[in-house]
Amino acid sequence: MFVDEIYRVEAPYREPMVVKGYRFGKGDKAACILGPMRGNEIQQLYICSQLVRVLKELEGNGCISSGKEVLVIPVINSYAMNVGKRFWGVEDVDINRRFPGNSYGETAARIAGGVFEKIKDYSYGIQLASFYMTGEFVPHVRMMETGYQNTSLANLFGLPYVVVRKPKPIDTKTLNYNWQDEMTAAFSLYTNKNTEVDEASANQAVAAVLRFLTRMGIIRYESHSGYISHVIMEEDLSNIHVNCGGIFRGLVKAGEDVRYGHKMAEIIDPYEGNVKETIVAPTDGIVFFTHTEDLITENDMAYRLIHRLHA
Amino acid sequence: MVSKVCSVELPVGEHLVIYKNRIACENASGREGRIAVVSGIHGDELEGQYVCYEMTRRLKEHPEYLKGIVDIYPQLNPLGIDMARRNIPNLEMDMNRIFPGSAQGAFMERVAAAVIDDIVGADVCLDVHASDMYVREIPQVRISSEFVQKLLPFAKLLNTDMIWLNASATVHESTLAHSLNMLGVPTLVVEMGLGMRVNREYGNQVVDGIFNLMHEMGLWTGPVSTVREPAVSTDGEVEFIRAEYAGIFLPDIAHQHYVQKGEKIGEIVDVMTGTVKQEIRAGKAGIVFTLREYPFVYEGALLARILTEVEMCEENL
Repeated sequence: MFVDEIYRVEAPYREPMVVKGYRFGKGDKAACILGPMRGNEIQQLYICSQLVRVLKELEGNGCISSGKEVLVIPVINSYAMNVGKRFWGVEDVDINRRFPGNSYGETAARIAGGVFEKIKDYSYGIQLASFYMTGEFVPHVRMMETGYQNTSLANLFGLPYVVVRKPKPIDTKTLNYNWQDEMTAAFSLYTNKNTEVDEASANQAVAAVLRFLTRMGIIRYESHSGYISHVIMEEDLSNIHVNCGGIFRGLVKAGEDVRYGHKMAEIIDPYEGNVKETIVAPTDGIVFFTHTEDLITENDMAYRLIHRLHA
Repeated sequence: MVSKVCSVELPVGEHLVIYKNRIACENASGREGRIAVVSGIHGDELEGQYVCYEMTRRLKEHPEYLKGIVDIYPQLNPLGIDMARRNIPNLEMDMNRIFPGSAQGAFMERVAAAVIDDIVGADVCLDVHASDMYVREIPQVRISSEFVQKLLPFAKLLNTDMIWLNASATVHESTLAHSLNMLGVPTLVVEMGLGMRVNREYGNQVVDGIFNLMHEMGLWTGPVSTVREPAVSTDGEVEFIRAEYAGIFLPDIAHQHYVQKGEKIGEIVDVMTGTVKQEIRAGKAGIVFTLREYPFVYEGALLARILTEVEMCEENL
């Protein structure tokens, strides 16, 4: 294992922010795994750290395939993590909206550009990512529909679902989109948590990445074969919005199977304690996303459902 | 007349409400010309507050000159201004990246869709922004190159010092301005001053320009000021000056100063060692239309922007 300096940001009164890359094996740039760009992605940091630990062991046992190189960058935005912020610096910039970056641009664009320059030539790019909305997901692989996306490869992670998203203008500045634009097969992995570590879900993500690397012939590792993934277009998910604001009492969790009319949540009046609204399933399906905050605003999305795939 | 454009129930005993103040000529039939003035998409940009106030004040002072409809939307991000936050609090999303919104989307997407729906049909819309709290800007109109032909004639009437074509993300996709332009409402982005501050001089300058525009559109028959001739730029004529070191930026010039090539703009110093880490000089002559106000910088921080290839004249100083 070699530890490389991927990018460095100097600061007047803090130690430099050094983005570190952990390199395993030697040869073709086979796979790059990248952790938090946002300061609240604690689960993603944990997953990357565990991948470094396992890959170090595998390399010690000669299990990195000859002529293949794997790079793990456990964290980019460590400055934000250390001050409990989500985005970069006083300007509050999302680094994952600055790709492919610009070495002459503003600070976040330079960070994105500096990192991207080091990772854009890998064949496979895996980002441990978080969604802009807080909540819990069923673990899945997410890809942008750029024309270069390959859902068959995404199946090899063995996670239950592969979600394909039609990019909006704002998505064109993300790492995933730009990786694909550089012909890297790019995947974003989502687990159920962001701001806290969930061991079970983190282990599932670690296993998924190792399974993928094994199936692509990059490492030798014995793993459970995982799920046969279902590929879902994001626009086919059923979004369930609430009709009033209040205290959110969720009654189902991500991954649960619900039937049409099943009671999913209640909205409680924050002053008088009565149930203001009952949310019921509009269709048979599997809960893909759940709102997890205790408070909810009118029209907020409480759940996203995958229509039942099999009768 | 003040009315609600949309209202969303927040979790605890409050609604997020977007208000509009419609000021119409006497006996308006609804078929008159209409101008929309929008402000406050970013909660830390307050220059538009003065513009909205001053417009309303002048319109109320002389209603006899008004021959159309003026819709003023003073604050599209009411929670943002309350918390002095650029983005939408809690969501941490830039509201100017969710337009045109969606009537079936999450709550702020619905708010965005309601705002768009309300403005559509206006003959022109002005989206008034301030800068952020880090750099100060001269009054300017920003237009994306896609809509130059349509918008430039309007922009020249607005009494700004500069028109920046193809300026920045401010006028690009997912913004209010881009969405409205795509829907056929000529929409111009006005930018000036500094975040979290109000500059009355700039505000009056822009309000004079808006009344001039209304006069040209036949919406206002009252007296208007003579407007200045703006410098028109493209991206190629704007020189960006960025910090190459982290430290404290100390400017040597005033904002809106005409610099000669090689003239010192400022320096970045290391406070601990008492040394100058970078001396910043102008690569080209021109007007410093952007100048950093917040001194603490990282490598890459914007220090100044110079509009080059303009002649030094009194009006530009």
